[in-house]
Amino acid sequence: MEIAVLPEVTSAGVIIKAIIILAIISAVAGFGTYLERKVLAFMQRRLGPMHVGPFGLLQIAADGIKLFTKEDIVPQNANKLIFQIAPSITAATAFIALAAVPVFPDFTIPEWIPLLGGVFVPSIAADINVGVLFILGMMAAGLYGPLLAGMAQANKWGIIGSARTAIQFLSYEVVTGLSILAPIMLVGSLSLVDFNEYQTGGFASWMVWQQPVAFILFLIAGFAETNRTPFDLLENEAEVISGYATEYSGMRWGMFFIGEYANMITVSVIAAVMFMGGYNDLGFIAGWLIVILKIAFIFFLMLWVRASWPHIRPDQLMWLCWKVLMPIAVINIVITGFVMMV
Amino acid sequence: MYEQIAFYLFSVLIIGLFLVTVLTKNVLYSMTSLAAGMVLIAGIFFTLGADFLGVVQLIVYVGAIMALYAFAMMFFDVTKDVKENNTNGSLIFLLGGLTALMFVIIMSAPIMSENIQALYPPMAGVTNPQAVGMVLFTKYLVPFEVAAVMLLVAMIAGIILAGKKMDQSLTTEDDVIVEIDILEEDEK
Repeated sequence: MEIAVLPEVTSAGVIIKAIIILAIISAVAGFGTYLERKVLAFMQRRLGPMHVGPFGLLQIAADGIKLFTKEDIVPQNANKLIFQIAPSITAATAFIALAAVPVFPDFTIPEWIPLLGGVFVPSIAADINVGVLFILGMMAAGLYGPLLAGMAQANKWGIIGSARTAIQFLSYEVVTGLSILAPIMLVGSLSLVDFNEYQTGGFASWMVWQQPVAFILFLIAGFAETNRTPFDLLENEAEVISGYATEYSGMRWGMFFIGEYANMITVSVIAAVMFMGGYNDLGFIAGWLIVILKIAFIFFLMLWVRASWPHIRPDQLMWLCWKVLMPIAVINIVITGFVMMV
Repeated sequence: MYEQIAFYLFSVLIIGLFLVTVLTKNVLYSMTSLAAGMVLIAGIFFTLGADFLGVVQLIVYVGAIMALYAFAMMFFDVTKDVKENNTNGSLIFLLGGLTALMFVIIMSAPIMSENIQALYPPMAGVTNPQAVGMVLFTKYLVPFEVAAVMLLVAMIAGIILAGKKMDQSLTTEDDVIVEIDILEEDEK
C-alpha cells in the first residue's frame, strides 16, 4: 500500500482547524435543532416550523436571536459561580472531544490567499494515538455540566436531574468501554486512523459485520451518553419539569443544547469511523462524501429512535445497562479473544 | 518552550484548585475543584508524552468523583456552607508538619533524580498503551494481579453488604401499599 507523504502540521494549521471545527460544528448543531424538529414533524404527520422563512429555515436565526437576547437569570440561593460555569463545561468538553475526531478531509490553503497561503490544515486537530479513549473520556467529563447545574440551582427538580445524571453516567460508562474493547482488540490500536486503515477493503470489510453485537451495544450506550430519547432521564419534562436545566434561560440554556448536539455529531463520527468503514472510498463515491452520509445517517437514526420509542425509567436504565448489556459485552469480548487466539 | 508554559500553567492551576478543595467550606466548591484538578493532572501526563496514562487518569477520576458527588448530594445541602468543627489542634500541627516535610522532599527531588536511572526505559517503536501493557504484564504482573484480586474482594463484599433484599423492588412495593391504603379509604 502506498503511503502518501503529508506536509508538516504547523501550529497555524492546527489553530485554523480548531476555528473551522468551532464555527462549522456550532452552526451544524444549531441546524440540527431545525432538522430534529422537521424530521419529528414528518414522522408525526405535522408540518413543524413553517412560518419563519421558506419551510421555516430561518427558525434557527429566530431561535438564536431569542436565546441571545433573553434575560440571564441566576436564581436566589443558587451557588452563583458554579451555576454560571456549568453550561460552559458541557459546551467546552463537547468541542474538546471533537479535537481528536477526524471531521473533514485535510487540505492545503491555496497560495494566492494572503498571510495563510500554503498552510496545511490536518483532518484531526490533535492526532493523539489514544484517540478513541480521549474522545470517550472527554464526553464523560461533559456530564459534569448537567451534574453541577442541577446541584447549584437550589431547586428540587435540578437535584433530581443531577442525581439522574450520576446514575446514567455510572450505568452507560461500563457498556461504552466494554463494547468498543472488542473492536480495539481486533485492530490492535486506539487510533481512529488505524481503525480507518483496517476497513480499507470495501463494504465487506466494515467492522459492523465482524462485531455486530459491539456495534449495537455502542449505539445504545451512545444514546445514553448523548442523553437522547430512550434515555433522556435528565430533563424529561413529563417527570422532572426540565431536570438540570429548570432554572436556566437564555444563552446558558442554549449552551447545554449546543453541547448536546455536538456530542451527537461526535458519537455519529465515532460510529461511522469505527464500525462503518470510515472515510475510505466506497465504489465510485468519494471518501469524504460517504463519511458525511454515514454521519448523517446515524444522526438521523437518533431522531428516528426519538420519534419511535418512549423513554424509560432510571431504574430500567440501570437494569438494562448492568444486567443485560454489560454481560453481553463481556461475553462478546471473551468470544472475540478466543476467535483471535485460534 | 510550549512544554514549560504548559507545565507551569497546569501546576499552578492544580495546586490552586487543590487548595480550594481543602480550604473551602462549601461542598460543591470543594468537589468541583477536586474534579477539575484531577482532570488537569491528565494535562501534565499529556505534556510528558504519556497519552495513555493521561486518558486513563481522565476516565477513572471523572467516574470516581461523579460517584463522590452522588454521596454529597445525599449527605449535604450543597448550596449552603458546612459548619466545620475543628477542636483538634495537634492534628493540624501534625498535618502542617507533614506538608512542610513534603515540600522539602519535593524541592530536593530534582537534586536526587539526576542519579536515578530508569530500570525499564521506554522501548523504541512501541506505542504508549503497548509500552504500559508490556511493563504491566512482565515486571509488575504480581502487583497487578494482587490489585485485581483486591478489587474483586471489595466488589463481592459490597454486593454482600448491599444486596440482602435485591430481589424485592422497594418502589413497586410502596406503590402497592399506597394504592391499598387509598382503596381502603375509598371503601370507608
